Amino acid sequence: MSALPVESVNTHAKTAHRLGPVDAIPVGEARTFAVTGIQVAVFRLRDGTLRATQAQCPHAGGPLADGQIDLMKVVCPLHARAFAFADGRCAEGDQIRIYPARDEAGEIVVEL
Amino acid sequence: MERPDLVVIGNGMAGARTVEEILARGGGRQFRITVFGDEPYGNYNRIMLSHVLASGGSADDIANIYLNPPDWYTENGVTLRAGVRVVRIDRFARKVFADDGTIMSYDKLIIATGSRTFFPPMDGMWIDDRTLTEGVFGFRTLDDTTAMLDYARGRRSAVVIGGGLLGLEAAHGLQRQGLRVHVLQSGPILMNQQLDDEAGAILRKVVERMGIQVRIGARAKAIRSAGSVTGVVLSDGALLETDMVVVTAGIRANVGLAVVSGLTVERAIVTDDQMRSVDDPDIYAVGECAQHRGEVYGLVAPLWEQATVLADHLTGADLKAAYHGSKTATKLKVAGVDLAAMGLKRPEREDDEFVRFSEPKHGVYKSVVVRDGKLVGATLLGDVSKVAFLTQSFDRGLPLPEERVKLLFELAGPSGAQSVAEMEESVQVCNCNGVSKGALVSCVRSGTRSVNGVIAATRAGKGCGSCKKLVREVIEWAMEQGGRAVEVDQSANWYVPAIPLDKSALVAAIRERGLRSVSQVFAELAPGGEDAASKMALTSLLRIIWPGTHVDERDARFINDRVHANIQRDGTFSVVPQIVAGVTNPEQLRRIADVAEKYDIPMLKITGGQRIDLLGVRKEDLPNVWADLDMPSGYAYGKSFRTVKTCVGADFCRYGLGNSTQLGIDIERRYQGLESPAKLKLAVAGCPRNCSEAMVKDIGLVAVGEDRWEVYIGGAAGASVRKGDVFTTVVGRDEAVRLTGVFIQYYRENARWLERTYDFVPRVGLAELQALLVEDRDGIVAGLEERMQASIEAYADPWLEGRAPVTPGQFHNALPLIPLPLVPIRDGSSSPTGVPVPTAIATNGAVG
Ligand code: SRM
Ligand SMILES: Cc1cc2nc3c(=O)[nH]c(=O)nc-3n(C[C@H](O)[C@H](O)[C@H](O)COP(=O)(O)OP(=O)(O)OC[C@H]3O[C@@H](n4cnc5c(N)ncnc54)[C@H](O)[C@@H]3O)c2cc1C
Ligand code: SF4
Ligand code: FES
Repeated sequence: MSALPVESVNTHAKTAHRLGPVDAIPVGEARTFAVTGIQVAVFRLRDGTLRATQAQCPHAGGPLADGQIDLMKVVCPLHARAFAFADGRCAEGDQIRIYPARDEAGEIVVEL
Repeated sequence: MERPDLVVIGNGMAGARTVEEILARGGGRQFRITVFGDEPYGNYNRIMLSHVLASGGSADDIANIYLNPPDWYTENGVTLRAGVRVVRIDRFARKVFADDGTIMSYDKLIIATGSRTFFPPMDGMWIDDRTLTEGVFGFRTLDDTTAMLDYARGRRSAVVIGGGLLGLEAAHGLQRQGLRVHVLQSGPILMNQQLDDEAGAILRKVVERMGIQVRIGARAKAIRSAGSVTGVVLSDGALLETDMVVVTAGIRANVGLAVVSGLTVERAIVTDDQMRSVDDPDIYAVGECAQHRGEVYGLVAPLWEQATVLADHLTGADLKAAYHGSKTATKLKVAGVDLAAMGLKRPEREDDEFVRFSEPKHGVYKSVVVRDGKLVGATLLGDVSKVAFLTQSFDRGLPLPEERVKLLFELAGPSGAQSVAEMEESVQVCNCNGVSKGALVSCVRSGTRSVNGVIAATRAGKGCGSCKKLVREVIEWAMEQGGRAVEVDQSANWYVPAIPLDKSALVAAIRERGLRSVSQVFAELAPGGEDAASKMALTSLLRIIWPGTHVDERDARFINDRVHANIQRDGTFSVVPQIVAGVTNPEQLRRIADVAEKYDIPMLKITGGQRIDLLGVRKEDLPNVWADLDMPSGYAYGKSFRTVKTCVGADFCRYGLGNSTQLGIDIERRYQGLESPAKLKLAVAGCPRNCSEAMVKDIGLVAVGEDRWEVYIGGAAGASVRKGDVFTTVVGRDEAVRLTGVFIQYYRENARWLERTYDFVPRVGLAELQALLVEDRDGIVAGLEERMQASIEAYADPWLEGRAPVTPGQFHNALPLIPLPLVPIRDGSSSPTGVPVPTAIATNGAVG
């Protein structure tokens, strides 16, 4: 069960982690990375933006990276809870953690 | 002037409901209200604890049982002291004293302290006078329930002491958690308060058939423990080994406070018809801690009535309001057992009429007791179709049909609509949440337009659920009365939520504009753009419209269709190789066995679809598992053609009239894996004995001799059960295969997303389908056949993708490193006690 390799660079308060080439994630999909022991799901939206969230659904542990997404939300594959990328909330009340993420010259950078 | 202080002791179902009723009568302006509640929560629906236990107690289940969360109290100006227990009442100083040191004056006091579990004296039950032996539980509070669930995890067996309603619900709940459960009932039958001997004996059989062991006449004498419970000693000296004990041998009213304050207490606090203590006009008692005309109730329906009277009287809204006692009806909330009982269980007077029907073999027992032409008792076990009618007759004393047998059977009796119209407004429709017909009607009148809207606003039907059908009928009736059609949600006809078009318009638009990818469809037709919830349905539709030439976008597929396996609760997958028509051979079996060993497959299971499931496969192992199996996908994960079940048929069976196995193989080979709006499950039977259950399949073929096959469509035996309609009778194998394809293609092109044939066939109409597809009235059959042929030709086994993944990391685990031990490993053998090891903890809704 290997996670994708990760390289970390210290900045200020949060640490920016370089998770490898953006192309490791197909457009419109997500992959999970283990970043300093924390599971992070990184999504590559169809408009090119990257988004990062906690990897496990707070409802019953569903793998969010296996969910379906659009520009606003990710839908958990297990019971279809839809979490907004904006604030991590879903209609049922649960909330997921959102991490800042960006594409830096073709590389995935996530801060946590 | 300061508002007088109203203090309520007890924040349970009666206390909180009484406060609601008081507020509804403007009591919030009249009184400063303070509620003390021993339990550290808002107010919750105690009845639902049985569901929480049975469903495993996820955060969701628990969130759903709250009636009034803490915010509700603040919003209504009520001070809630949750987690604070009142320990003394000083009637002369008019003060209550709480265990946190609070001393509070009252002008009016309501005691609603309910009951607690009665623990019969027994050696080994207690560690000291407050602490139960580890592993011994009562079943009364949310804390009891969550503690039981925590403890049950990983345990194998439980003994429930007491075989009443609560005991059976506890037993069922624990059994659902995977425990082997024994119920000890010292009396002669189960639920002896509600049932007579014969019904009790039938119930016992029903319960035992569910795998719960029942010991009648067994009295527990002592509890054995070694730090925690290890067994129960019975009065005959026998030892029953067990990991936990739940005591449901009765309840006792919480009346200690009242006794020391000098109020008259018998079995509970004695009240008058206004629910006031007979000793003190400023103290009321309500709920299970109140005794009215000699009765102490242990159910919620009476307390709704008591709360109204109390509130009427206390607020002065109706000083003449009086409570005259309640008639009680009970329903057992155990999945798979339908049981309702009300009033008398047997005749008591010479001229009471007693009508009875008993069919022990099928677990059915029904009886009614009629006195002076009125229903005074009824028991329904195994068939509760008449329960709504009987409950109303019982509650209201309605006139009964002269032919008493109609009370038990659906022969006649008022039809649904008629009886709804006849119901008085005050009739309680939902007992769990105390919602009357009038409340539903006025919710409709005040403008709520949809059935679900009314349900959400009134909470009707959200308790035990047994009234759901009646609730819906009442709402629909009220809407018709108001001249309003039940609001039709426009979007209900859209094929996907993001695009305001029904299926035929959507298909036309896609064809016309030549849209071949899901993102193109969004760009051109979806006003709000891309929508995750619409993607899967659109992918399926494009594959049907453009076989082999649509542009595949992986993100538009549901995870199951990205990796061609069914996602499971822990993020692993199941693999079901194709075993065409259930026929296999040693070589396939050997390969499956080898793969199971090589990849440590946690469970190998024969499915209900006549094939073998390898469960718990890690995503990253999927490609290798497929390669080693070297068998095509069985499509057990998709909205697609699934399986054809067959029976052995003419080649082997002495009754066989047709070669059902071969026909099944031919059909499955031809239509394998085709995507469709919902699953398609077929079967072929060699004669009308129907061993492959062909009459309850989406399409079923039954041999009737001389190479003729009867074709059934629209059958189902899953969440809905429907016998298929006879479509036609065809002659010969080729014709059977062809017509099957014609129906499938028509269904693929015309059914709504996720609409199974059991809904599709009745919606379109059998006669219409026969005209279109059998008689070819409109000349569409040739086109259907042609498009079906194109789909078949475009088919490729998706498991070949394992050899060359389509996207980077297609089989990369989405949850690496996190141990999720929820799905237990099974080796297929039995546990030492002969019972399978516990199953998973919570049930999840189906994904797709
Ligand atoms: C494996 C199997 C149970 C078994 O151990 O035998 C099974 C397992 C599931 N069934 Fe089933 N069904 C299985 C036979 C059936 C049958 C019996 C049959 O096929 O003859 C039925 C009744 C027939 C029918 O469909 O009408 C059946 C009616 C359902 C339903 C109810 C569908 C309905 O509309 O009535 C669902 C829920 C749904 O589709 O939304 C469901 C959903 C499921 C899902 C896929 C839940 C989900 O969405 O994840 C289960 C996957 C479990 C897993 O983790 O892999 N399963 N399911 C059976 C696989 C058969 C196969 O070889 O393909
Ligand atoms: C598992 C289960 C299933 C049930 N199923 C059904 C069913 O299907 N149908 C049905 O009609 N009934 C059912 N019942 C019974 C129903 O729940 C009760 O009749 C109802 O809850 C009684 O309400 P109550 O307010 O009198 O008591 P309770 O709901 O018990 O409330 C009393 C409250 O007072 C608190 N309290 C006690 N003493 C003090 C004190 N000194 N200071 C402060 N607070 C105090 C208690 O902590 C408790 O919260 C079920 C009960 C259980 C346990
Ligand atoms: S969907 Fe329900 S019935 Fe089907 S396998 Fe899962 S738990 Fe069993
Ligand atoms: S686990 Fe995500 S919705 Fe249930």
